[in-house]
Amino acid sequence: MLKVGIDVGSTTMKTVAMREDNTLVFCDYQRHYSQIIEKGKEMIQAMIDRIGDDEVTIALSGSAGMGLAEAADIPFVQEVYATRVAAKTFIPDTDAIIELGGEDAKILFLKGGLEVRMNGTCAGGTGAFIDQMATLLGISRDDIDRLSEQSTELYTIASRCGVFAKSDIQPLINQGAKTEDIAASILVAVVNQTIAGLAQGRKIEGKVVYLGGPLTFIKRLRYYFDKALNTEGICPENSLYYVAMGSALSPDGKKMRLSDVVTALESYRGKGEYVKLEPLFNDEAEYKAFRERHLKADVPVRDPSTYTGRAYLGIDAGSTTIKTCLLSEDGKLLLSRYSPNNGNPVQAIQSFLSSLYDTYPDIQIAASASTGYGEDLMKAAFSLDYSLVETEAHFIGAKYFMPDVDFIIDIGGQDIKCFKIRDGVIDDIFLNEACSSGCGSFLQTFANALGKSAQEFAELALTAKEPVDLGSRCTVFMNSSVKQAQKDGATINDISAGLAISVVKNALYKVIRTSNPEELGHRIVTQGGTFLNDAVLRAFEKELGLEVVRPQIAGLMGAYGAALYAKMMAKRHELRLSSTIRKEELEGLQHTVKNVRCQGCTNHCLLTVNSFGTKRRMISGNKCEKPITGKKEDSAEKWDVYAYKQELLDSYRARKTGAKGTLGLPLALGMYELLPFYVTLFQDLGYDTVVSPFSTRDIYIKGQSSIPSDTVCFPAKLMHGAVDWLVREKVDRIFIPCSSYNVNEEKGNNHFNCPVVAYYGEVIKGNQDLEGIPLTLGYLALDNPKHLARRISELFGVSRREAAKAISKGFDALADYRKRITDKGLEIISESRKEGRQIIVLAGRPYHTDPEINHGIDRMIVSLGASVISEDSVAPLTGKGQDNVLNQWTYHARMYDAARYIADQRDMNLVQLVSFGCGLDAVTTDEVKEILRAKDRIYTQIKIDEITNLGAVRIRMRSLFAAIEMEEEKDNG
Amino acid sequence: MAKIPFTQEMKDKGYTIAIPNMSPIHFNIMKRIFINHGFRPVLLENSSPSVIREGLKYVHNDMCYPCLLVIGQIIDAINRGIVDKDHTAVIISQTGGGCRASNYYFLLIKALERAGLGNIPVISANLQGMNANPGFQITLPMLVQAFTALVYGDLLMLLSNQVKPYEINKGDTDRVIDKWTDILGDCYEKNKGYFWGNMKKKLFQIADDFAAVPVKRVPKVKVGVVGEIYMKYSRLGNSNLQGFLEDEGAEVMLPPMMGFVLYCFANGIKDEEYYGGRAKYAFLMKHIGMPLLTIVEKWTDQAIERYPEFRTAATFKELEKYAERFIDRGCKMGEGWLLTAEMAELIEKGYDNIVCTQPFGCLPNHICGKGMIRPLKEAYPESNIVPIDYDPSATKVNQENRIKLMLAVAREKLEASEVK
Repeated sequence: MLKVGIDVGSTTMKTVAMREDNTLVFCDYQRHYSQIIEKGKEMIQAMIDRIGDDEVTIALSGSAGMGLAEAADIPFVQEVYATRVAAKTFIPDTDAIIELGGEDAKILFLKGGLEVRMNGTCAGGTGAFIDQMATLLGISRDDIDRLSEQSTELYTIASRCGVFAKSDIQPLINQGAKTEDIAASILVAVVNQTIAGLAQGRKIEGKVVYLGGPLTFIKRLRYYFDKALNTEGICPENSLYYVAMGSALSPDGKKMRLSDVVTALESYRGKGEYVKLEPLFNDEAEYKAFRERHLKADVPVRDPSTYTGRAYLGIDAGSTTIKTCLLSEDGKLLLSRYSPNNGNPVQAIQSFLSSLYDTYPDIQIAASASTGYGEDLMKAAFSLDYSLVETEAHFIGAKYFMPDVDFIIDIGGQDIKCFKIRDGVIDDIFLNEACSSGCGSFLQTFANALGKSAQEFAELALTAKEPVDLGSRCTVFMNSSVKQAQKDGATINDISAGLAISVVKNALYKVIRTSNPEELGHRIVTQGGTFLNDAVLRAFEKELGLEVVRPQIAGLMGAYGAALYAKMMAKRHELRLSSTIRKEELEGLQHTVKNVRCQGCTNHCLLTVNSFGTKRRMISGNKCEKPITGKKEDSAEKWDVYAYKQELLDSYRARKTGAKGTLGLPLALGMYELLPFYVTLFQDLGYDTVVSPFSTRDIYIKGQSSIPSDTVCFPAKLMHGAVDWLVREKVDRIFIPCSSYNVNEEKGNNHFNCPVVAYYGEVIKGNQDLEGIPLTLGYLALDNPKHLARRISELFGVSRREAAKAISKGFDALADYRKRITDKGLEIISESRKEGRQIIVLAGRPYHTDPEINHGIDRMIVSLGASVISEDSVAPLTGKGQDNVLNQWTYHARMYDAARYIADQRDMNLVQLVSFGCGLDAVTTDEVKEILRAKDRIYTQIKIDEITNLGAVRIRMRSLFAAIEMEEEKDNG
Repeated sequence: MAKIPFTQEMKDKGYTIAIPNMSPIHFNIMKRIFINHGFRPVLLENSSPSVIREGLKYVHNDMCYPCLLVIGQIIDAINRGIVDKDHTAVIISQTGGGCRASNYYFLLIKALERAGLGNIPVISANLQGMNANPGFQITLPMLVQAFTALVYGDLLMLLSNQVKPYEINKGDTDRVIDKWTDILGDCYEKNKGYFWGNMKKKLFQIADDFAAVPVKRVPKVKVGVVGEIYMKYSRLGNSNLQGFLEDEGAEVMLPPMMGFVLYCFANGIKDEEYYGGRAKYAFLMKHIGMPLLTIVEKWTDQAIERYPEFRTAATFKELEKYAERFIDRGCKMGEGWLLTAEMAELIEKGYDNIVCTQPFGCLPNHICGKGMIRPLKEAYPESNIVPIDYDPSATKVNQENRIKLMLAVAREKLEASEVK
């Protein structure tokens, strides 16, 4: 009897039939476009055509297979288990298997204690991830393989989550980094993610087998795995079919005829048991009225072939698309273009301009401006006159359609931008973050996955009878929700409508965080390519219960605003001659990209240098202005408390020989605050303290493999690297403070540490190889010196008197350290006021001082001309306040205090740093925002994690400064 | 933000008190205690997707899932008219620890206000006297009754879980639970017959009743469920995890709730040792409180031990010992060291296949749950632990697939042991 196995993966379906002796008679591999039941029927029919319809034993496996198994009543085998059965049969001496699928990644250890690991729900580094990144680069998966061979430089890409990775890759593309290098970096990111996230410290060695689509098709991926594991793994014959073969071999197989399976699938109907929403349109007439209403929001156009004279060019270089608008002197739209940038925005504009110059020689560009992610690149490449931050461009565009607009929402391909306008000034800005990433490209991805164009897919939604309620989730999660809905019998129309609704809900409830759409405003302009999708627009109006304006050029609003800006500025500056690149020069434009390591300081930033012919170049990737201006900066700490803190902390690294040997202190989490205390204390007790350095990417990667929870916050993850560094230093002992309570500053109802700061040492103890170095976890009372002395004397074998003396010195050092920070803060405030500099309170936790955690955001803000102080430098300036939340964490209380303090200081603004996964910040962000709102102040939040690129943060900060400037201009009349 | 207190007048007017149902067995018994003290409790069972929708709307989406569910459930219940918005108070527990869960009370008030339901009083159930309400005072008889209800509930849960998967006549086990829920309810109403001597007797009778259920014992995969307290017990929270596991042919064990209560009390003793300042509390608790509270443990164990087919739960002393092998008992936020101890206990008792449930991003569980799996695995190589995260975005398919992997490994172990 033949044995049949089916494997329904997240993107592909595999079928095999095997003889008794386990040789393959038949195998097939196809993409299923989520049409699982239909595809199953088709593939089994194909199998019958080849092997006939005798009785077989059959079993089914795969992450998307449960529905099919139910429908046809076939036994279901868990896929990791199936893999193992197959491996045992075909390669019995396997030690470890690495299997990457569409959305799952697995590692199986077969020898020495069976262990199977599967990625958590919140994870990237899979086949779908690679496909997504390829789409982003505008190349195929095979190209990734081929191009990566020619890479010369690797970039850091966060691969924990596809959305994170995108935010690292997008700016690389826009800065002109080589596709070869990005391709290689993507593969390396996948390798790092798999090894670190799944092996979790267990060594992968011996005979390693690579399975699954990505590892079969991308040989460079195997190469990078080999390199990372220092081994030569094998990718066996039929590596795509191991799961299918494993289920065929499974003892649970059921005897049946394949034709019975086909019959069962033919009669299968989804139960229709999904959560349904109201249709977008009840009938055709309703849709017609809707169309007509929105057709009115139009811009006057003018035929460019009959136009001669001055024109204004606006370019919006977005993350995936590039938009251009050309306006006549009387503000009419002459030309516009909306096109994907295919990873090369310079080329896109080059071709636009050359066709403009060729076709309409009578039009001359009088002024030009760029905006968007690629604003700087565009300005440099084409020598444009102006550039402006995109929020401003959108506001200018929107005002044309609705002069008294009070809320603008822009949903583009990759991001959502919303801003409130009050009294003609941008008042509040919301941008989406990784976990609220449902934007346009998301609809596009789904359309493609279901085998439709974006346009076709959007039209389907309009006639949906019972849209699926998909909630508002992150893109990664949405995949499985859609599959679940399909399994439950939702039609593609209902899914399309459901997705459109979820994009809107995501924007309203996750990005803007409104519970009452009334709060937004009543004069709303919608922008961005995604709103050209009528389903999204309708869903938005329905959710708000309000009619909004959607300009016909919704997708071009950034470029339109930029063109209007160019026109406005040209008039204001009486610009006679635009600097925009001329025809002759355009033809000779040679765009080259080079990567160099900056030698300006120890950061050694990887700089991307774009050169355009002989004269112009643009440098990006820098964290400071040095490589551009060539000038030495003001000493960093002059305007920056964070830099000052780093310097202060550095001073505690000085070693002092001690009779009791070396004691390693990992500089991570709570130690960032308490370093002065512990160094002083332990040096006094006779220890030679060794402090781990500030984190770097390299240190992080070295400690990454012992992290047990991939969703814990980044600051906690860095603890592993710090401890690993100390282990390699071969210190005699390591000390990690572990306390429920922090110092009592009398500012809240209690003075807790957060659970992670409090007990992370336990994770180190349980998961990290310390090579025999003893680890002391100090459960210590910092709020009770007397008791502390007792504990220290117990833990370190010193007399209580000695302990008490050392403790008192430690507290003096801590008080001194804290005072210096407050003094420095006050000094910066007064110096800044003298020079009229904006002051930003970058409010986070003490460990946000770590340069790998804050990614140099402090320096970036300084480079924009503002000063940076920290929450703990201003918190002591205000008393205990009344809070609407339980205020019981020492570090968090400081943020509330800082917010209350600056609420009354008009020249100070607060920017809150939030780490992904910080559960407490779900509480603090809303509260800090409310404190600021109560006094009409702008609240800005920056979420940080591994993502190293500051592009989005920069836009956010510049928007903030633009808003402040507009407000000042208004105040000054 | 205005805190509306629950007044005596509201109590007299017969306001309904809405209680999110965390564990049906326990809460059905507790309900009678509320009635007994002149309140009108309604256990909230509404679980349609609109619960999550309301939660997402009114609670910060990065907040932990139980918070989102509990608040969503309350608002949904009001929207649906399950309770009357003008004559209802809601109750929510407030543990006051260093975990963000201590903020549920404030977030609920904020959410109600944003939903236009700011008139609804919120009662904070805690023993520290935080945010007191004149109309809702926890009296000594109430405390004693609640304490005994917990003990009874735990025994009913412990034994029903060991009987139900094997019962010959479907429904027998549930009938025993219903019977005792009624008997105990009557005792509370009359305020007698549930404590001291009667308690021991009743515990024995409960064990007798379960032992009398006709069963056919076949080898089954044994799965323990541990985790964050709401995720572990609540069907709404974990999408009826127990039902899913039982349908897959497993026997499921949930650690008793009393463990958590004792854990909370005992943490004060450890706090004194580590941080000082609570000498009196620690002394009284250590020498009088804990010994008294753990007397009933002995009765429960004696009741169970008369039947060799039943397994007892670990005593609190044993739990402390299990914990100390892996984690310091100073870890006291959320479920803290208790979670690690329960995993070790379950493994020791033969429930070495474990689902560790937590809300996505649960801070203590990064440490006491996921962070302790590796050391546990080293100590018990046979253990088979799968951590499952719950949040509004996680889909059932994804979770079930991971649980099925755990079950596949468990079944293989079971078969191997049968061959032996």
